Amino acid sequence: MKEVVVLSGKGGTGKTSIIASFAALAKSKVMVDCDVDAADLYLLLQPITQEKHEFWSGQVAVIDEEKCTQCGLCQDVCRFNAIENFKVDPISCEGCGFCYNVCPEGAITMEESLSGHWFVSETRYGHLVHARLGVTEENSGKLVAAVRQEARLIAQRQGLDYIISDGPPGIGCPVISSLAGADLAVIVTEPTLSGMHDMDRVIDVCRHFTIPVIVGINKCDLNEDNSHQIESYCHDQGIEVAAKIPFDNVVTEALVRGLPVVEYCDNGVSPQIKRLWQSISGLLVNS
Amino acid sequence: MIVSIASGKGGTGKTLVATSLALSLPNKRPVQFLDCDVEEPDAHIFLKPLLTHKQAVSIPIPHIDEKKCTYCGKCAEVCAYNAIAVIKEKVLIFPELCHGCGACSYLCPEGAISEVGREIGVVEVGQSKEIEFIHGKLAIGEMMAPPIIREVKKHINQERLVIIDVSPGTSCPVVEAVKDSDFCLLVTEPTPFGLNDLVLAIEMLHRLAIPCGVVINRGGVGDSNVEEYCHKEGIPILLRIPLDIEIAKLYSRGITLVEGLPQWRETFLRLYNDIELNKK
Ligand code: SF4
Ligand code: SF4
Repeated sequence: MKEVVVLSGKGGTGKTSIIASFAALAKSKVMVDCDVDAADLYLLLQPITQEKHEFWSGQVAVIDEEKCTQCGLCQDVCRFNAIENFKVDPISCEGCGFCYNVCPEGAITMEESLSGHWFVSETRYGHLVHARLGVTEENSGKLVAAVRQEARLIAQRQGLDYIISDGPPGIGCPVISSLAGADLAVIVTEPTLSGMHDMDRVIDVCRHFTIPVIVGINKCDLNEDNSHQIESYCHDQGIEVAAKIPFDNVVTEALVRGLPVVEYCDNGVSPQIKRLWQSISGLLVNS
Repeated sequence: MIVSIASGKGGTGKTLVATSLALSLPNKRPVQFLDCDVEEPDAHIFLKPLLTHKQAVSIPIPHIDEKKCTYCGKCAEVCAYNAIAVIKEKVLIFPELCHGCGACSYLCPEGAISEVGREIGVVEVGQSKEIEFIHGKLAIGEMMAPPIIREVKKHINQERLVIIDVSPGTSCPVVEAVKDSDFCLLVTEPTPFGLNDLVLAIEMLHRLAIPCGVVINRGGVGDSNVEEYCHKEGIPILLRIPLDIEIAKLYSRGITLVEGLPQWRETFLRLYNDIELNKK
């Protein structure tokens, strides 16, 4: 069983549309959506939910008004400015428990919070494990770890070849959580200065965790000069550019119809996405 | 006034809107621009500021004085993030897990813990023509964006119009960046992805009690569900930008919309006036 995670650094490079196509192309796999903050993959895979699980994580301080003598110690020690007028702002509270540990009256309790849900669903393309982090919640990294773990179990149980994962944008906590121990990272970038800048940073993160990387350039004809620059940059870094996918409105049209683009039409976009998947599966077999 | 530009879904054109708004106002109001997308800060590519100050952002992590430590285990017990473990005659610290809350050093009965700074990123300050520019950058391999965002926001100067470029999503870094805003612009696109993530972003803003308006970018392809949703919920659509290859090409070269196509300046001024009308 091999795990590939698709990242982009910058959002909106077309990553999810490409992954939905991988779902249609790859045999013997489980899909997992690690973008728990803005999970969109399910919109293209039209899953039927089979299991729904609560995700309890993190704690929030709660002050018992009856016991509180308003000594103010909790407010003094809290470094997240989460306590004002002897009330805890649950959004600012990081759940460190400092206040709970110092309160001389024992007036503070730490309560587990329900931070989201995760799901196992059936799709036309096999299983999808996905999640929904509650808005304003923390601990996205832990939720990512939970969905990956479930995908791993499914892959083991069913003897599947691949885990294909839709990674979150950025380079922080959920990205690191989605990368740890993966076999390959695919970076979907676009030939814009910001796309290139963000690709740089996410490649550095993959390197930092010694995960092998390949790149796909989406909307490659939007700016040919920038596309060439990406290619030569990758060449210098010893990174394969496995596909150059042209800009085409069919990607949006397919999305509006809720279909992976490779199933929607067979023009210039689809052969390149197929090529990208071939490179990925080739690399995974040999990794 | 603080206006944040957020999006739910990434890549909808947040930075495009934020930078063009900032550039349309100098004659009207002094502007301060804060790029709080500290994982992938991109606004500098468009505003090309001259950065003059750089300041490291660190969080305080524990340092154990082995001479004083009795290995009682209190520090490990109070740490909510498992950043300390006490095993027999040894205290192990896992710096990446530490949130810098300070509980361990305060509560150690032997006074054996002091705090040392661990750098997790930088804040840079500069000037882009009349615009005061500040952005934060999370260091590679680091997990915690919020402390850097808090550091960027310490530079807020309320005398100016403060424009905050926010990271995508609806979780803790986004909350950190948008909270205390007087208004939030949500940039979306008219697709099922755009709508799905817009709904979540609006829910987040309701919870934070921040008024919002919507910008629909890349109109033309896609569907009308975002428009219908906004009408139904009574959320104002303040700007529509069509899908235009010309605009996409300017963006790809790091050129702002109002500089590449100056006829848009009027539209962004109008957007600013609408924000004034709708703010808290
Ligand atoms: S609480 Fe203080 S004395 Fe106890 S193990 Fe930790 S550092 Fe050592
Ligand atoms: S400062 Fe807080 S988070 Fe860091 S090790 Fe101490 S108790 Fe844990």
